[in-house]
Amino acid sequence: MKAKIHVTLKQGILDPQGKAIEHALDSLGFKNAGNVRVGKYMEVDVDEKDKVKAEAEVKAMCEKLLANTIVEEYRYELQ
Amino acid sequence: MKIGVVVFPGSNCDHDCQHIFKDVLGQYVEMIWHKETLLAGLDAIVLPGGFSYGDYLRTGAIARFSPVMGAVKEFAKGGGMVLGICNGFQILLEAGLLPGAMLRNKSLHFICKDVSVKVENAATAFTGACQSGQVLKIPIAHADGNYYTDPVTLAAMQANAQIVLRYCTPEGKVTPEANPNGSLDNIAGIINAAGNVLGMMPHPERCAEAVLGNDDGKLIFLSMLESLKRNKKDLKMIPA
Repeated sequence: MKAKIHVTLKQGILDPQGKAIEHALDSLGFKNAGNVRVGKYMEVDVDEKDKVKAEAEVKAMCEKLLANTIVEEYRYELQ
Repeated sequence: MKIGVVVFPGSNCDHDCQHIFKDVLGQYVEMIWHKETLLAGLDAIVLPGGFSYGDYLRTGAIARFSPVMGAVKEFAKGGGMVLGICNGFQILLEAGLLPGAMLRNKSLHFICKDVSVKVENAATAFTGACQSGQVLKIPIAHADGNYYTDPVTLAAMQANAQIVLRYCTPEGKVTPEANPNGSLDNIAGIINAAGNVLGMMPHPERCAEAVLGNDDGKLIFLSMLESLKRNKKDLKMIPA
């Protein structure tokens, strides 16, 4: 299975990169753009056919290494 | 004293730390490759600055799983003195040896310059040679030094005097303007509740001898040695 994982800063935690991009969008005339958040996207092949087990494994990967849950949140899809 | 300096792939202040302890302060220094799993006979451990594992994923995120970190944790748990400088501080946070996390600098810039930091707690094993409220001039060199922790942890650290160093003006005023990176509560260095693990973003090893024009950083290392000496003396006084 392939896990597609997104890691972003938690809402409420200042994202300086997001802010810089937001300003750039604004100066380019994209006046409707707001609250830009920058994150990481990772793909991981998981050698496990059972979806429940694969999901448990991906969750453990996120908790242990891929996200720092003090400041980041994560979400994933399995395909 | 025997000081262990851990060398991760990408550490680049390891030899500066070795130089200060060995050549400036006359101590025995052991360089510890990150693959080591046994640490014996050390009085203190330094996690130096640098870019361990290229800062991939997050600063310190991969280094914290280096084989040596198990032994460093054991050492800290047993009361051993651990100093983390810059990337070493980031590794201590990722490893959970200190509370909180680092965010990208508010300005997004990599900042390399002298800053003033105020010694908020001079009663620690790392600041005992300083005066309370003393202002030290020490350089910083980082892109991720914007310290963050949740309000409950921050309040506990404040109540416990665990915030040891704070960014300030040269006159010692802790102001938003004196904060180079957006760090919460102007935090430049914190200590754990037990008082044996300190993390700091400024680099004392880069200003610890007069020939460099500034030796404020030497106070951190002298404090450590004085504290270690005191502890050894105390141990000897306990009857067998």
